[in-house]
Amino acid sequence: MSALLQIGSVSKHFGGFTALDQVSIDVAKGERFGLIGPNGSGKTTLINCISGALINDGGSIRFDGEEISKLPAYQRTRRGIARSFQIPRPFGSMSVLENLIVPLEYVAHRGSLHLADTRSEAMEILQGMGLADKADSLSSSLSQVELRKMELARAMAARPRLLISDEAMAGLSSNEISEVLEILFKLNAEGITIIMIEHIMQAVMKFSQRIVCLDAGRIICEGTPETIVRNGDVQRAYLGA
Amino acid sequence: MRFLIGALVLVAVAAAAPLFVRLEYFYFAGFVVLQFIVLATAWNILGGFAGYVNFGTGAFFAVGAYTAVALYKWVQLPIGLQILAGAATAGLLGFGVGLLTLRLRGIFFSIATIAITIILETVVMNWTYVGGAKGLPILRPTEMPLYFTNYTQWLFLVMTGIAVIAVAIARYIQTGWIGRGLRAIRDNEGAAECSGVPTLKLKLAAATVSGALMGAAGAPFAQYLSFIEPASAFSLNYAINALAMPIIGGTAHWIGPVIGAILLGSVQQIVTVTISSEINVLVVGVMLVVFVVVAPEGILGLWRRHVLKKGGS
Repeated sequence: MSALLQIGSVSKHFGGFTALDQVSIDVAKGERFGLIGPNGSGKTTLINCISGALINDGGSIRFDGEEISKLPAYQRTRRGIARSFQIPRPFGSMSVLENLIVPLEYVAHRGSLHLADTRSEAMEILQGMGLADKADSLSSSLSQVELRKMELARAMAARPRLLISDEAMAGLSSNEISEVLEILFKLNAEGITIIMIEHIMQAVMKFSQRIVCLDAGRIICEGTPETIVRNGDVQRAYLGA
Repeated sequence: MRFLIGALVLVAVAAAAPLFVRLEYFYFAGFVVLQFIVLATAWNILGGFAGYVNFGTGAFFAVGAYTAVALYKWVQLPIGLQILAGAATAGLLGFGVGLLTLRLRGIFFSIATIAITIILETVVMNWTYVGGAKGLPILRPTEMPLYFTNYTQWLFLVMTGIAVIAVAIARYIQTGWIGRGLRAIRDNEGAAECSGVPTLKLKLAAATVSGALMGAAGAPFAQYLSFIEPASAFSLNYAINALAMPIIGGTAHWIGPVIGAILLGSVQQIVTVTISSEINVLVVGVMLVVFVVVAPEGILGLWRRHVLKKGGS
């Protein structure tokens, strides 16, 4: 398998604080990749640097062989990187369907003027997520799990090759977690590379083929879920002492 | 199509008005209402659709007005070209204001637009070619265009044309992909960018178009009054009205600012004539407060809620 995403010694500072210190990670095409670490370890900073919400200070980020670390976020989305947000960020004044039409119009159907096609594709994605009956509801009226699914649906509407799921399961019940997991497994089976950031260990252990654990902006452990749980540094980072 | 027919009918009525309405005051007051339709519609493109509240309407209006005055004094530029030139310079200013959105959001952006107004007003006050702080009397062209016998009636038609174009542009923006992109920016700029929306480009475009339309509204101002001076051209009243009208009418739809401008503009004209020109400013304030409390989504919101309730029961 060749690498889809190559992160090479990426650093990010906020004033005197080092949020990311020379982080290097390769994610292969089609991989299910887990990113864990205690609060404040730099997980979200890292994916902000990948998605373009932040620009890294040093190092390189290559996507499909192309250097993207200086591109604005929308350009990265158009190249195939989509994400969901830790705290859902719906377009609150729009219906669920319209939320999906935005990325469809700006990424997949750019230049085409057939709103009908865009609508039917948005509907298809919603059906895949089990949200079809909510298509015309105002997105600000959704429940937590529906919001999480809509965020994933909206990310999918950008037709990504890499999907970054930032704590898509936080605050959900165990039934809801398995629902979202099932969706992510299905998307991966369709060929989408997925980076999962998660605090819910059963979920991330079950999902990931490979996991990286960050602590204080550095990688402290990398490996299969089994090696991660047995690693002493990881246990210390999470449990202290 | 219906919109196009409606627009053509409106322009035709304005063109034929001198045949029916001889009362000069009708054109004098009508011009102001039309001018506010343009300003409110222009403001709404950036403030309503994209959520960037601009308090600098007076600056754009005055830049349009003074560009027209300077060119008229210099080469007697005809009114059509004055408007295009006013729109161009105000559009440039809009582009600059759009760049501010890179770093400033919310109230900070709004304060910056007030600062721009004050800076430009100071510049114009010290620009003697256009009269400086004293102001400059304008001699209207002596030859009347077409069949008109009165220049104010002609300006009324011109402003009708600008208003129709402004509303058509706002409608085009709102109903298409640009409008959805701007709404996404208003709802959540970060999520919009990650959905592939080029937020900076769209904001720059919205600010430029909004500014250009405000400048177009300001360009005939000196011809209309036969006079121009900084205090009235840069008046804060434009900023307040341009913001109050869309909020009262409803910011989500292109018709909202039109409704707000017609309602508030007419009420102000009536109050000015019947009570006093001081009270008309108070009217804006009171109506704004009432609408923000009672109907935060404006008249459109009230209407929608009413229709929805009917449909539900």
